[in-house]
Amino acid sequence: MTPPPALQEMLRVEALSVKTKNATLLDRVSLNVREREILSIIGPAGSGKTTFLRCLNRLIDLEGGLSVSGKVLLGEQDVFDDAVDLAALRRRIGMVFALPTPLPLSIRDNLRLGLRFQKSSGPGTLEERIETCLRAASLWDEVKDRLGESAQKLSGGQQQRLCLARTLMVRPEILLLDEPCSGLDPISTAQIEEALQSLKDQMPVVLVTNNVKQASRTSDRTAFFLQGELVELDDTGRLFTAPRDPRTADYVSGRFG
Amino acid sequence: MNRRWIDLFSRLFTLLTALACFSLVAGVALILGDVVLNGLKHLSWEFVSTAPKTGMTEGGIFPALFGTVFLVLLMTVAVVPLGVSTAIYLQEYAPAGSRWVKLIRMAIQNLAGVPAIVFGLFGLGFFVDFVGKGIDRFFFDGALTFGQPAILWASLTLALLTLPTVVVATEETLRVVPRSHREVAYSLGATRWQMVRRVVLPQAVNGILTGTILAVSRGAGEVAPILFTGAAYYLPYLPTHLNQQFMVLNYHVYVMATQSPDVDATLPLLYSTVLVLLMLTFALNFAAIIIRSRLRRRLKAGR
Amino acid sequence: MKPSSLSHSVSEKIIETFIHLSAAVSIVGLVLIFIFIGKESLPVFTSPEIRREASLSKIFLPQSPEPGEEKVFRWQPVSVVPKYSLLPLVVGTLKATAVALLFAIPLALAAALFTSEFAPSWLREWVKPVIELLAGIPSVVMGFFALIVMATYVQELFGLDFRLNAISAGIALGLAVVPVVYTMAEDALSAVPQSYREGSIALGATPWQTAWRVVLPAAFPGIFAACILGLGRAIGETMIVLMASGNAAVSSWSPTDPFRSLSATIAAEMGEVVRGSTHYHVLFFIGVLLFLFTFFINYLGQLFVERLRQKLSGTDK
Repeated sequence: MTPPPALQEMLRVEALSVKTKNATLLDRVSLNVREREILSIIGPAGSGKTTFLRCLNRLIDLEGGLSVSGKVLLGEQDVFDDAVDLAALRRRIGMVFALPTPLPLSIRDNLRLGLRFQKSSGPGTLEERIETCLRAASLWDEVKDRLGESAQKLSGGQQQRLCLARTLMVRPEILLLDEPCSGLDPISTAQIEEALQSLKDQMPVVLVTNNVKQASRTSDRTAFFLQGELVELDDTGRLFTAPRDPRTADYVSGRFG
Repeated sequence: MNRRWIDLFSRLFTLLTALACFSLVAGVALILGDVVLNGLKHLSWEFVSTAPKTGMTEGGIFPALFGTVFLVLLMTVAVVPLGVSTAIYLQEYAPAGSRWVKLIRMAIQNLAGVPAIVFGLFGLGFFVDFVGKGIDRFFFDGALTFGQPAILWASLTLALLTLPTVVVATEETLRVVPRSHREVAYSLGATRWQMVRRVVLPQAVNGILTGTILAVSRGAGEVAPILFTGAAYYLPYLPTHLNQQFMVLNYHVYVMATQSPDVDATLPLLYSTVLVLLMLTFALNFAAIIIRSRLRRRLKAGR
Repeated sequence: MKPSSLSHSVSEKIIETFIHLSAAVSIVGLVLIFIFIGKESLPVFTSPEIRREASLSKIFLPQSPEPGEEKVFRWQPVSVVPKYSLLPLVVGTLKATAVALLFAIPLALAAALFTSEFAPSWLREWVKPVIELLAGIPSVVMGFFALIVMATYVQELFGLDFRLNAISAGIALGLAVVPVVYTMAEDALSAVPQSYREGSIALGATPWQTAWRVVLPAAFPGIFAACILGLGRAIGETMIVLMASGNAAVSSWSPTDPFRSLSATIAAEMGEVVRGSTHYHVLFFIGVLLFLFTFFINYLGQLFVERLRQKLSGTDK
């Protein structure tokens, strides 16, 4: 079952390696992200999933002592080009972190934060945009009457959905999520997964998760990372039912990890 | 040893620590009480609004009060932007692991413990003799203008004295802002300054304010650095130019306490002067404490 | 870059330039302190005329006031034959520091133990700021109090010959040292994890035994750092000593005699000294000594604070 050829590649990663002085965090990983898909990345802790994700929007730059080689192409843009406008690049790539990180501001100001970093905020009024993004993150009904309250008073699940909405406010072209449900209850997790399903038509989603079941129920394709290496990348159904690599088989069946 | 003895010893030693603690509290109360009781007697509007007369045995302290406020304002204007910016640089801009930055940070921290009198020497050697004389040579054909002790040099010396404290306090509050908050800002497309401006500073502003006020109040109390850089024993006029000398409360206290021609006649005035000085420094300290407690409450509410 | 973001980035450039510039000014300013204090004291090592009056051997070794007389240590910079022996000043400084620390450290540590281990939290909330208030009292006020009020009582209490002596000055100095030691020690004690105490209590120890045998040793590096920084403060403090010491440059170790310290000497004499004279350069040399000593003390203190942090966070090797 090959994907229809009409699906365009949004992001191409070629032989991406990340090394510290004496360890390899990521070893020549190549993969691509297609439009209208959720791509899951699974693997045990320390397999390089998060490192991989942080390369894509160059948050990896914040960590010293790493050497990065290889290529990441977002459309035509070479992400690791020295002349790239980092702020503009990161606006095109949205990211949600493992733990909910609402800033100590009101809900509204949290949502507006990304817009403050750019001059022109694009079409539509602010209020319309806030509503759209909150709806997309399935949070609108819960907070529509208290946008002025502190975001830190929300529950953990609400906070994480707020973070998703905050990311959507800058209209990214691709969405990266780093174990977004690791600290959440099943209901909140379901709400976020539901939101991702409806978002993927607008932007491809890369979902790093340590929860194999989450990958199997939400994603179109799944990549399995182990010790910095991309072991296998396939349609989710096939990867889980007929993995080609014995290590994948062991991991998805819960034999380690 | 038997259990009852152990208990008894424990009680006894605990009691001793309590005693130490309360004797310190009593000491503070004694000092403040003595100053307040004796100081209030002579404190009046006239006292704070007139100049000293007849060898400081009569009259008020207005010129010294004026000089103190002037001096502290100048110092604050110099040290706050400089110190806060330096801390922002060290914490947010300088390469994090760099050996240079570590060296600079260490030097700044250690300078916070260098005695005030050493800063006074520096103020004399650098500001008055080097910079001041230099200005005179280049701009005033050698006429003595800035190359002498002056309020400008005194305030800059004090600013340098408080600089390490401001930098250390500011850096500490900046460090409290979680890394994850910075990453959120970057991931939303912030430049470095936007990240600092929109995410870090709003969370740190109260802490910076507290640290700065405490540093300023410490600077306002120091006499040693201004002894040879501008403080005057007595002046018949108020300082209106930056290159003039000035009277200042804490130096006034020193002068009245050690060099008065008639100790008994000076003593009531001396007490009132000390009281005014204490009120000024404590007002600054209380402001800092209030801001800090408000900050704590807000942080608690935010969680 | 898009034109719309241009003005944005121009103001940003200006601010960032200002930040870099400020950092440069601060750092240069702090470096200048090292340079200028050092520069002004250099003639003590290099200038032949000044070395004739005040070479290192004349500063540190005993000298004969007149040819043939017995060799003594004497600080007498204003005289026909100026004498620049620092020994009386060093003795005075150490004497006052010793009294101050003997007074301040036991009190401050005991008070810190009480507030962090035994006091109920409401009492602690009150006591802590009051003791820390001591740090807010300007040293000139402390000097005033020692000179005007305390000196008389201390003299009567101990029946001393001199009204101004190392005991009353040392106690006043100690009061200035107390908040330094107290605050740091209290921080160190509070940083010890609660689980240490619970473990000890569970084994049947009394609160005192827990504090003395478990918490205090765990916080030791921090306590030690507190004492060291207190020492630094006492050595460098100027105004209290200047006002309450009697300023007699005598080499007596007796705490009941008046004395004169290194820092107070600078404060008292720098105002009247001729620029570029031997006296001037020797005073700067004293400044260098104070500077190096307190800088080193602070460095040491910081090392111990760092060690405490490592110890309590478990990264200790």
